Amino acid sequence: MSDPVLDENTANTTERNETEHVDDADELVTESLVEEVSIDGMCGVY
Amino acid sequence: MTTVHAGAASFDASSAYRLHRQAELRDEPFGALAYHFGTRRLSFLKAPILVDVVRALGDSVSVDAALQRCAVPESQRPAILQALAGLAASQMIELRT
Amino acid sequence: MTVLDNRPKKLVDQFASGLNAPICLTWELTYACNLACVHCLSSSGRRDPGELSTAECKAVIDEFERMQVFYVNIGGGEPTVRPDFWELLDYAIDHHVGVKFSTNGIKLDAAAARRLAATDYVDVQISVDGASAEVNDAVRGGGSFGTAFRAMENLAAAGFTGFKISVVVTRRNAGQLDEFKQIADRYGAQLRLTRLRPSGRGADVWADLHPTPEQQREVYQWLVAHGEGVLTGDSFFHLSGLGDPLPGLNLCGAGRVVCLIDPIGDVYACPFAIHEQFLAGNVRSLGGFKTVWRDSELFASLRKPDGGGTCSSCSMFDACRGGCMAAKFFTGLPLDGPDPECVQGYGETALARLSDAPIPKPTGDHSHLGPVRGQPARPVPLTLLTRRPDRACDESPLAGI
Repeated sequence: MSDPVLDENTANTTERNETEHVDDADELVTESLVEEVSIDGMCGVY
Repeated sequence: MTTVHAGAASFDASSAYRLHRQAELRDEPFGALAYHFGTRRLSFLKAPILVDVVRALGDSVSVDAALQRCAVPESQRPAILQALAGLAASQMIELRT
Repeated sequence: MTVLDNRPKKLVDQFASGLNAPICLTWELTYACNLACVHCLSSSGRRDPGELSTAECKAVIDEFERMQVFYVNIGGGEPTVRPDFWELLDYAIDHHVGVKFSTNGIKLDAAAARRLAATDYVDVQISVDGASAEVNDAVRGGGSFGTAFRAMENLAAAGFTGFKISVVVTRRNAGQLDEFKQIADRYGAQLRLTRLRPSGRGADVWADLHPTPEQQREVYQWLVAHGEGVLTGDSFFHLSGLGDPLPGLNLCGAGRVVCLIDPIGDVYACPFAIHEQFLAGNVRSLGGFKTVWRDSELFASLRKPDGGGTCSSCSMFDACRGGCMAAKFFTGLPLDGPDPECVQGYGETALARLSDAPIPKPTGDHSHLGPVRGQPARPVPLTLLTRRPDRACDESPLAGI
């Protein structure tokens, strides 16, 4: 099996909500099982 | 041997890894939250099987061995390895020397 | 079941089953404060006679440890005026709970700064609301700018890099963003810009101080252009309709990923929502904080994915998700409608159509009764007449503390 080519969006850490990029047809390739969020990235903390 | 390229670093599935000393995993209904007390980075691990693999890393001779122990089906290897490469890049998991 | 049978759900939907612990929470240690900022979200000033004791605070920290709460944001009032502040800080760190505390800087002398610089897993956030004393002190009181800057100088001198400078964006300081960034850079600190909400005393000054629509656009554009490395606490997700979403979860965290524990142990959905309607329970009750977090009815209802009400038909809904619950609540708007600062202007329209029904008032008012540092006294709230007096606090904000 060839090495998977990582989609740039998933290889680099990003604070963007990646679930917005979900593509029904290509879920295997573009869906990342890890999502990074800033510890400061949630509303309701001052 | 499978090498997955994640940014500048290469992730080698025949190496031994473990959860970073300064990182903590907390089980959640969707998988787990991982927090690194040093870098202050927070990651959502969105699949329970991925969490199993991460927890198995420390006692496994290699990443490949951890995947075997957790009975990761062949079709899921790429996604799991990709996720692990990302976790290595963000220092949530580290090489065992 | 394989990982790919169930494609990972959107985070918004995943939170419906609730998290085992908040990702982050705010813990107000005391209502006492040496200042009387006009927009204080917790209406702080005077200590409450019923505040959690040192032992009770440690029990809460023990719960955080058991629940694996990674990190807590400690505030108030001014948390450092509690005599047990340093003891509690050390206790949290010793029990695997990271701390960021929010302060006006009053107690951060050189020794305190050195102590903090030598302590791992603690972060400091200095509150400042103007890049000049003139702009800052109009909101936070005479001398407060100087106090903040002395603290920042002490932290920098002690080698504490990366502390946070947190600014509430108002009509008066929205044009000073470049200067704030320069100040942060000068001290090796990280700038944090957050949204003004009409919460606590903020309701009194909201009409005068909340940014204009034009300023909102400028703030958004500034964050897009210069905001790399600038934190926002995800508080500008209501502006997502202006373009690409800003970094963060981009949704209301109240009761889902965050909550507030107040000085008397009450648990609210969010520090900007101190009102009975958002009260989930109290840490002193049987089962403690964990039971409130996991089993309260309020949090269960907040965690259900919500249809968005009248906002769901708007093209921007996926981006802004109807905005801030607290901002809607304390301006008298319905929670299933637009945010008062909706970028499409629907909020302004909705505000103009409001009936004369009274706007909800925050629960409790611990404001100082007299002027503090040039801040005029607040009008005496009606609730005061039915509350147990605390004479020591009336004389001096720090009496008996």
